[in-house]
Amino acid sequence: MLERVAQPPTRELAEITTRTDTRDYLAHATKQARSYDDYEVIVDIDAHVSESRFWAEICTYIENDVLKQMAEGMMQGAKSGNALLNSASGISFQAVSGRIPHQQNNLEEVEPGAGHGFAQNMRRSMDAMGIDYQVVFPSGMLLLGMHPMHDVELHVSNAFNRWIIERIIPDEPRLLCLLYLPFHSPDLCVQLVEKYAHIPGVIGFSVSCVRNNPVYHPSYMKLYRAVEATGKPLVFHTAYNWTDPSFAQLNRFGAMHALSFSHYNLIHLTNWLFNGLPDRFPKLKVVWIEGGLAWIPYLMQRLDHEILMRPSEAPGLKRLPSEYIREMYFTSQPLERSNIRMLQATMETINAETQLLFASDWPHWDFDPPSAITTLPFLSDTAKRNILGLNAAKLFNLPVKRVRPRAEDVLASRGNLVS
Amino acid sequence: MTEVSAGRVDAFADPGRKVIEVGGIEIGIFQFKGAFTAFENICPHLGGPVCQGLMLPRTVDDVTQDNVNLARSFSKTHHNVICPWHGMEFDISTGEHVTTKTLRLRKVPVRVEDGEVFVTVPDRKHQHVHAWFTGERQRPPRERGTSDRT
Repeated sequence: MLERVAQPPTRELAEITTRTDTRDYLAHATKQARSYDDYEVIVDIDAHVSESRFWAEICTYIENDVLKQMAEGMMQGAKSGNALLNSASGISFQAVSGRIPHQQNNLEEVEPGAGHGFAQNMRRSMDAMGIDYQVVFPSGMLLLGMHPMHDVELHVSNAFNRWIIERIIPDEPRLLCLLYLPFHSPDLCVQLVEKYAHIPGVIGFSVSCVRNNPVYHPSYMKLYRAVEATGKPLVFHTAYNWTDPSFAQLNRFGAMHALSFSHYNLIHLTNWLFNGLPDRFPKLKVVWIEGGLAWIPYLMQRLDHEILMRPSEAPGLKRLPSEYIREMYFTSQPLERSNIRMLQATMETINAETQLLFASDWPHWDFDPPSAITTLPFLSDTAKRNILGLNAAKLFNLPVKRVRPRAEDVLASRGNLVS
Repeated sequence: MTEVSAGRVDAFADPGRKVIEVGGIEIGIFQFKGAFTAFENICPHLGGPVCQGLMLPRTVDDVTQDNVNLARSFSKTHHNVICPWHGMEFDISTGEHVTTKTLRLRKVPVRVEDGEVFVTVPDRKHQHVHAWFTGERQRPPRERGTSDRT
């Protein structure tokens, strides 16, 4: 029955734009976070900085004088930019022409004296989504593997690593680093692994997948051995490449994005298996990031089918490819949820309860809040806790300790009513 | 259920909207070509604040009689609100996703009386994620909540 009463208090909510405070932007995620407020720890293995916002600052960490001058000369005093980078073709299409503001830009106000602006941005996103720890990857730099100037990948990635470790993490220790390895330069990668293995905040090492360097090449064996010796994981972070001739046939960003992300994981994981690397580095823990999940059962079935008929081409494999894949780790985002029964089958196929790691990909346009996991009807409570944090805590040796604020406190701090 | 005023009709642009929060319930009220609709401010995808997103005309393909797609253009008869979390686009006249009608915003009753817009505030909390993405059985949407401006 309709009740006509005196007008209750109402509050008008503004349009969300690039200037909206992250905590307001994600207020609905905070409401969702109440449903997992008692979880032991929430770890986000893949979040990003749009490094072009801070590019002049990052370039001050370049240790090569010539490249540093080139960057300064290209920037001409500007704070943001992409000097030296082979900017991704199509990167300006990501925000669907302004439809997704958090991908477009972040122009929210930050507090003077509360730490670096980016550290504040990410602290707000972690608090709003109910996340304890968050790994930060770059964005445009993920294309450096295709840069024709290999010295640029070497020096720019080193500058980025130093910026995260020396400038950002001290202001927000809940942020973590998977050190960007300049894969064009394997010997220098080994030096970086040995240099940073014991640095607080560095929980592993990463390779950007968008590249044509075959992972089986002999020059990488010392690197894998060095990473294995640290006990920390080696992660492969995929991305897209619209300039690849195959993908250049696709005339819409979304079409290219859907295929290109999976493509690079398919190539490198296939090479990893056919060349018998799992048994050559049995203690090396490998993680595949940001390809979603749907491609994995495809590859398992495809490779099992082929290897059974052509074992002489992969004598290093002692088991079926799918058996090795089930022992690897994968991150959850972008979680393909449009067919829940197929997603359930996928998660069962890859042993998600022990092998899947939550990733938000915030602030990119296809990010997932933790509710993407908690609302799955087929997962047990144990599986949800594992995927959202306990699997990562075990893999990366992180403390199982809650450091995030209570969801109710975050909502109250922004004047949100509880509903 | 409680009915509240969302303001005077002439305070709404056309196309335009206002998003209000009443007792923790968020409602988006839209006007397009003189007709008002209202929806809960919860995206059926992952629970984003859908009604607070950018509004744009629907994008359509301009296909000739020879089935040649010359370009895309903006519709003059359909207007969308776009969830700022992930870009899902919903027709503000129907609440339906532009690609699949199985995905739609939850309607809120709205009416106009003496130049003032009233909405009926839902008296229960709804799940933040739509059944489409959880595998749970979806109830057919209730066909109410649209009122022509008179």
